[in-house]
This record gives sequence, structure tokens and C-alpha cells, in this order.
Amino acid sequence: MKKTGLIAASIVGLLMASAAHAQTSIKIGVLNDRSGIYSDITGEGSAIAAQMAAEDFGTDKGITVEVVSADHQNKPDVGSNIARQWYDTENVDVIADVPTSSVALAINDITREKNKIFLNSGAATSDLTGSKCSPNTVHWTYDTWALANGTGSAMVNAGGKTWFFLTADYAFGHALERDTSAVVVANGGEVLGVVRTPFPGTDFSSFLLQAQASGAQVIGLANAGGDTINSIKQASEFGITQGGQALAGLLMFVNDVHALGLDVAQGLVLTESFYWDLNDQTREWSARFEEKTGKKPSMIQAGVYGAVLHYLKAVEAAGTKDAEAVMAKMKEMPTDDPLFGKGVVRQDGRKVHPMYLFRVKTPDQSKGEWDLYETVATIPADKAFRPLADGGCELAK
Amino acid sequence: MSAVSEAINLPSANASHEMGMSGLHKAIFAALLVAGLMAPFVLYPVFVMKVLCFALFACAFNLLLGFGGLLSFGHAAYFGGAAYASAHAAKVWGFTPELAILTGTLGAALLGAAIGTLAIRRQGIYFAMVTLAFAQMVFFFSVQAPFTGGEDGIQSVPRGLLFGFIDMRPDLNLYFLVLGVVFLGLLAIYRIIHSPFGQVLKGIRDNEARMTSLGYRVNRYKLAVFTLSAGLSGLAGATKAIVFQLASLTDVYWTMSGEVVLMTLLGGMGTVFGPIVGATVIVSLQNYLATFGDWVTIVQGVIFVVAVLLFREGIVGVIAKLIRKPL
Repeated sequence: MKKTGLIAASIVGLLMASAAHAQTSIKIGVLNDRSGIYSDITGEGSAIAAQMAAEDFGTDKGITVEVVSADHQNKPDVGSNIARQWYDTENVDVIADVPTSSVALAINDITREKNKIFLNSGAATSDLTGSKCSPNTVHWTYDTWALANGTGSAMVNAGGKTWFFLTADYAFGHALERDTSAVVVANGGEVLGVVRTPFPGTDFSSFLLQAQASGAQVIGLANAGGDTINSIKQASEFGITQGGQALAGLLMFVNDVHALGLDVAQGLVLTESFYWDLNDQTREWSARFEEKTGKKPSMIQAGVYGAVLHYLKAVEAAGTKDAEAVMAKMKEMPTDDPLFGKGVVRQDGRKVHPMYLFRVKTPDQSKGEWDLYETVATIPADKAFRPLADGGCELAK
Repeated sequence: MSAVSEAINLPSANASHEMGMSGLHKAIFAALLVAGLMAPFVLYPVFVMKVLCFALFACAFNLLLGFGGLLSFGHAAYFGGAAYASAHAAKVWGFTPELAILTGTLGAALLGAAIGTLAIRRQGIYFAMVTLAFAQMVFFFSVQAPFTGGEDGIQSVPRGLLFGFIDMRPDLNLYFLVLGVVFLGLLAIYRIIHSPFGQVLKGIRDNEARMTSLGYRVNRYKLAVFTLSAGLSGLAGATKAIVFQLASLTDVYWTMSGEVVLMTLLGGMGTVFGPIVGATVIVSLQNYLATFGDWVTIVQGVIFVVAVLLFREGIVGVIAKLIRKPL
């Protein structure tokens, strides 16, 4: 962190020295989990991604950027305290990242109250652009609807007609299961059964055996974090994917797969909006990212880069950092960045871009440490996210 | 434990202020009040409100642990349960903040009475485990119940109008409400500790069998202090929900129960002012170290280890020993 701070300070210093005509100074607060379960997929990497966006945007446009960061420890009260303090006393203009839905929703409210801008990349809840949408929020990378839809529809189209769900028994798990089953049925598939697992759980063996016995082609894991990791590990012990059933993770990230290893995770299917090995541009950017962090970026970190870059372009176009003007510009200008390609930010704050269905490679197929996915299907941008009219967002009317 | 309490209690017996408030304590309370009144103009008000809420929470916990000798490992249930109750009351039922806080406090006291009735039948580690088990049940209830919003919690709780006409949205207005609530809570705890009831509690803590033989109905006292402690923890949790405009699973999770133990031990178990110091230290660490990422938990751990190795009586306990006066 100190290093980023120093880099930020030196960049600001350089700018002050060289560009005397600098008019706008922007302070970006990257608020995420830096010590807990999401620190790998967000954490310091997201702060570095924001810094890279500032560097790639360029220093010759009269906009100086400073990036600060903090750890919300996945606690809404800690996060909301930091956010208020940033907005009220430290002149932060925009907060980026913020994984963990409860914290993200709190920051969503505060940002609206203080009339600043919130660029969410890390949180999964589709409420951010649905019932709780705000004119000050952009939700960039993914949401639960997109994940359920991507995995559900693409799997059915790829031949996985019959499903069995392993659902974490709480609101988030139920929502994932409900959304995914709806997609599966709408695409002509069939849900053979569901088993609700206690949350948080450690022993999934009996549930996995039920799923195996159901004979379903696809076992959907409607859970997250430690539950997903545990259920995948145990599924591998039962040889479920080797037995011909596909395992579909509904909320998984490339870092999780990397941590599990290909032996355990092989054959797993999942949806993401970004993978480092998609094309030349993503490879080039990810190589630079890896140089700084020692890891390939997650889609959340890529999303922070994309969102910050688009925000800075909007500030330049608007000629001001006034939240209303910048938000209007962000929604008016099409987005274009090396990681997500061309896209738009909708009226409800939803950024739309294609989503990808990936399958985890077997150890034989993999050619390197981070060579983890093969692309099974691409879900085009217009089908990847919840239609504007269905979210119940007041801004969409 | 008994060695510690002797060290603290002996001088107070000489001071002959057993029931009233000693001059030193009056001075400390006055200083705290002045500091509280000035703090929002120096520090960030929302941060100070958080410190205040946790100070009350830790003091309520200390009432049970430090003076009742009962180690509950499930106080998050009352803190978080009250946060949910007051958030729900303010948001869905449209209660004014003072009524919402009252709802949360009463809810927590009732919950405490119910759980306490069952838990006080066991002692020591079994008592701690029983309270932990019940707290986990409250946690699962909060995860599952439809009105708690699952892992999203109850969000955008309105701060509302105090008594129906004072706008609580400006941080400073709310600050003085919170300061008032917390200060009254602390005074109430002080009064409880220094009442005849409090003396009986200390007796039970130090030698339960002897108190039974003296004719005290020990279990009634234990239940009473458990309920009081739960209610006051609830007061802190309910107030916090109004301050942050949210109630979430963090408040009912078992780590919250652990955090309050840490605050109390660090500040000084069985002292009046120790938990306030402990809460201030821990909350400040969480707040000011947030920018250093994973250092928060490491620093917390190191401080706890140092506290256990070097000053087991806690910060205030050590000071009390040095000046040979109870604090």
C-alpha cells in the first residue's frame, strides 16, 4: 500500500511540476477487502488496476489523479464509516470496487446522499441496478443475473439439459438457484431436483451423492466463497466430473480456480466477463498487471480498470468533475477499453458487455500456471445482462 | 481473578465511597463528558459515534464479565439482534429514532432474559458454550428470516426526526443524541455496579458457594445481571443501527462476540472505565489502519498478545494499580 501511495504521490508531484495548467484533480478511493476471503480477487490488485487506468489515461489532459485505498473488512459499518470520511473530509470524488453486497449497498446509499460517484466492480447483487439503483452508481463487471443467465442458458444450449442444484440455504443461494432454474427452464432444460445445504457448510458429501444419484447432466453450485471451494473439492473426490456430469459454479473467479488447482477444478463450467487470455489486448494488459502484482488479474480487478478509465474520459469530456455532469457523460459516451471492448453504460447504471462461459482445462490441456480456461460460449452483450425494463429501477422509466 | 479483584477493591474499601461516586470518578466522568462534547469538532463525528456505541457495548459486557464473573461468548446476539429490531422499527414501522432504539433495547433485554434463564444453569466454559450456541442460533435466524435481508442486511434505515421534530440527518445532531444515550447508559452501569445489588454480584463472582450459604438466591442475581447486560448491549447495538443506517450480519456474527471480549480485556476487565479505553483503542485501530490492509488483524493480535503477556489487568487495570485507586 505504501508503495502505491508513493507512486501516487510522485505522479501527482510530477504533474504539478510539469503541467502548470492542470485544472481538475481527482481523488479515487478504492474500497475493498484487503485481508479476508475476497482480498485475492479485489484487494491491492484493484488499487493497482485503478492506478494503471490513471497512467494509461495519460497525464497530458489537465487531470491529475490520486488513488487511495482502504480495507472494509467485509463489514458494512467499517466500509460506510470509511466512505463517509472519504467524502466528507478527504475530498474523495469517486469510490471504486467494493465487493460484498451488504457493503456495496451501504456505499450506494451514502454516495447518493453525498452526490458523488460509485464505480462498483466487486459486488454481485443485481439490486444495485434494480430496486436499489441510484443515479450516482455504475455497476461494471458482473452481477448475479448475468452469472445465472450465462451459465444457465449457455449450458443448456451446449447440451446440459437436466440440472440438479446444490443451494446454500440463505437468501443469496436461493436467489441464484431461482434465477438459474428460470433460465434453464426457459431454454428448454429441466431441473431434476434441489438440495439445500446449511450455510456456511463444510461437509457436502451426502448432498453431492444425492446430486450424483439424480443422474442430472449438470450440477449447479448455487453458493459462494468457502462453500463453493469445499463442494468442488469434495466433488472431485467423488469423481463427479470424470463420471460425465458437469459441475457448474455460479459464482467463481479465476483466482479460485488457480488456488484449487486443475486437478481438482478440471471440467468445472463457469461464467465470467473477463479472462486474461481472451485476445492480444487482454494479454498485453494482464502481462503488465502481472509484472506489478505477480498474479493475473481477476475480472473484478479488470473491471476497476475499465470503470476508472471510462470515468476519467467522462471527466475530460464533461470538463468538470461535477457528479451529475460526469454521470450523464458516462452514460452518453460509448465505453471502449482494451479489456472489455466496446460497450455502454445503461440508464440504470448497468455496464453491458459480453459474458463468457468457460470450462476449466484438464492438467494435460494446460500449458502454464495461469492457462486455466477454454471458452465454451460467448454470450453477446445484448443478451448477457438483465433487460433494462425488468430490473424495477426507477431510472429506467 | 480473585487476586485482580482484591487489588482493585481493597483501596475502595478504605475510600469509604462504596455507594456514592468518589471524587476521582466524578472528575473522570466530567472529563469524559467534556471530551465527548468537544470530540465531534476535532474528530470525524461518525467515527466518534462508532467509538461511543462500542464503548457502551464493552461496558455492558464488562458488567457481566467483570462484576458478575460470567463469561458470555454470545453477546453479539443482543447487540446485533437489537440492531435488527431498531433498524426494522425505524424503516418499516416508521418509528422515530428514540422509539426505535427503545424497541431494540427491550428486544435485546427480553432475548437476554430468555437465553439467560437457560444459560445460567451452567458454569464456566459450559456457560460460555451455551451462550455461544444461542448466539449462533440468533445468527442463523438473521441469515434466514425474511425481514433481515439475509447477507445484504437492512439497508438505508432512515435516521428520522427525534421526538418527531428534530432532524437527525446532520451528523452533529445525531452525535449529541448518541452521546446522551451512551453517557446515560454508562452512568446506569456505574450505578448498578455501586449499588447493593452490585456488591452481591461481586460476592457471587468471588465465591458463589459462600453467597449461597449466606442465603442469597444466586441464580436470580445472575439472571438479573445477564438481562441488564443484554439490554444495555442492545442499547448500544440499536443506537449503532441508527448511526450507520444499517443492520447487518457482522453485528450478530460470533467474531463480534470475540471483539467485545478483546475490548474488555484490553481496557481492563472489572474496572469502570477500562472497556471505554479498550473499545476506543480497537475501533481506532480498525479505522486508522484500514488503509494498511491486512495489518488490522495482525496489529490487533499483537496488541492482544502483548496485553496478555505484560499487563493482564488491561490498560486501565494497570493504571489503577499504579495510582492505587479503583478506576
